[in-house]
Amino acid sequence: MLRYFIRRLLQTVPTVLGVMVVIFFFIRALPGDPARLYAGEDATPQEVALIKERFGLDKSLPEQFVRYVGAMVQGNLGTSFRSRLPVNEILTRHFIATFWLSILAIALAVVVGVGLGVGAAANRNSLFDLGITVLAILGISVPSFFLGILLIYIFAVNYRVLPVTGSLSFQGLILPSVTLAAASLATIARFARSSLLEVLGEDFIRTAKSKGLASYLVLRKHALKNALIPVITIAGLQFGFLLSGTIIVETVFNFPGLGWLLIQSINARDYPVLQGLMLVFAVEFLIINLLVDMLYGVVDPRIRYG
Amino acid sequence: MAEGNVAEGNVAKGRPNVFVQLLRHRSGAIGLLLSLGFVFVALFGGYLAPYDPAAPDYLAINAGISAEHWLGTDNFGRDIFSRLLVGARYSIGIGVSASLLSAILGGLWGLWSGFAGGWIDNISMRVADIMFAFPGLLLAIGFIAISGPGIMPVILASSLFGLPIFARLARGSTLAAKELTFVEGARGLGAGTNRLLFKHVTPAIIAPLLVYLSLRTGITLLIASGLSFLGLGIQPPTPEWGAMLSGAQLYLSIHPLMAFAPGVTISLAILGFNLLGDGLRDVLDPRIRSS
Repeated sequence: MLRYFIRRLLQTVPTVLGVMVVIFFFIRALPGDPARLYAGEDATPQEVALIKERFGLDKSLPEQFVRYVGAMVQGNLGTSFRSRLPVNEILTRHFIATFWLSILAIALAVVVGVGLGVGAAANRNSLFDLGITVLAILGISVPSFFLGILLIYIFAVNYRVLPVTGSLSFQGLILPSVTLAAASLATIARFARSSLLEVLGEDFIRTAKSKGLASYLVLRKHALKNALIPVITIAGLQFGFLLSGTIIVETVFNFPGLGWLLIQSINARDYPVLQGLMLVFAVEFLIINLLVDMLYGVVDPRIRYG
Repeated sequence: MAEGNVAEGNVAKGRPNVFVQLLRHRSGAIGLLLSLGFVFVALFGGYLAPYDPAAPDYLAINAGISAEHWLGTDNFGRDIFSRLLVGARYSIGIGVSASLLSAILGGLWGLWSGFAGGWIDNISMRVADIMFAFPGLLLAIGFIAISGPGIMPVILASSLFGLPIFARLARGSTLAAKELTFVEGARGLGAGTNRLLFKHVTPAIIAPLLVYLSLRTGITLLIASGLSFLGLGIQPPTPEWGAMLSGAQLYLSIHPLMAFAPGVTISLAILGFNLLGDGLRDVLDPRIRSS
């Protein structure tokens, strides 16, 4: 088990390095001279040169890259052009908001999604099953920016029970997290349904049924356990997708998280914050994939030794 | 298993009645109709529009549904129905061409990687891993940040995230096809690399690529209109649906129709392509149903 974990962890290292290279070149490919942007509109060439020297922008590209990797490894992401605050501080603040939003959304998606999917599979071809199937395809098709606006219209404009903008409070989290969860919820429900149906068709289920086990016991003791293993992978992948979902959902609700910050810093051309954000997003995505693989290794021994 | 996959794809491709099968597949037929309808509007919507989509009518601002304005007018008094018809060129056009582009480029990438094998394959798949490490929308936003907004940038940006997916898929099918007896036979008869690649391997990997292409188109539409919604894609006076929706959010409390019309239209378009994709997958390649 430990060997599998370590091997999987080591496989991630070259990807992380590659991601850092990509971000390095990405930031340097952005239009505009960062030193000029930092110095402000009416800076003299001398001031710009001074800033270039201070941030090492006058060095050669390989030298800059070594400095950049060194700073990243130490967790130093520079200072924001706009607010002049350390990027780490800004990212931490917004990360907390996005963290709670995503946790709430994924919990909602998994619990409700699995519940609906299992319910639909257990009552195959019923009206409920059809309803879930329709809901699932709608959930994938309705864009989150429209769903968000729809929910704002219903609950904030029409009935006035929830706030229009999102915030890190119970009421402020409800609409954004439901919007964020919808597509994943639909995917998980669909997947849980088909996975359970597949397992229900297997021989060991027939055996369990033919020995007279009550059908809810067959479902609970035999089918669910086997059906839910692949659902874990899908849920993990969905958690990764939520990250990019936050960009849109946070913009719709003006929710002060990482996704909202991303759009703000692109519009303000705040390159240090942008660089930090790219890194955070990519590393988060990698960590989630890593965790999913490891969890998969725990529940399914075949993966570990494969 | 992968071998069976390719062989079956071939059989299905040879069958003349994929179209008929799709029409018999209930939701697939709905998807086909919807997507064809939207493609038609994307091509000819400009000629069907009853009003000039850019012409303001200050005497009829924020109008509701009526005989003159089927879907009302927006905050400048522009006819929403006409704007939607003309906007299809951008929303549908961009989504479809972006997913086509990523299927073609990603397919060639995977074909090349799988056929070359060895260290080339290793390195190119690591590159795919790295691209995969960025969520799709983030890749697109990053691209736009460098290139600036515009139609071509949006197409390229929304095609990026599909590249590694198509590359992996094509590579897997290529690896399997390489081992098939008829390909080995052709090689034994002295067929050159190009002939092997394009005459023998490519036909074998087309079916899974096609299924994925239709499945991806809905998501690509979502990304492209999402970019415009965020203000990073097609810019406001142009009636792109995502941009229209973004502009309507401000007027939600006084004129919700302005948001509902483009919102429902985008949803229907994505629904159409998703249903078509699901249907094609069931008809062409039942084996990848679970993904």
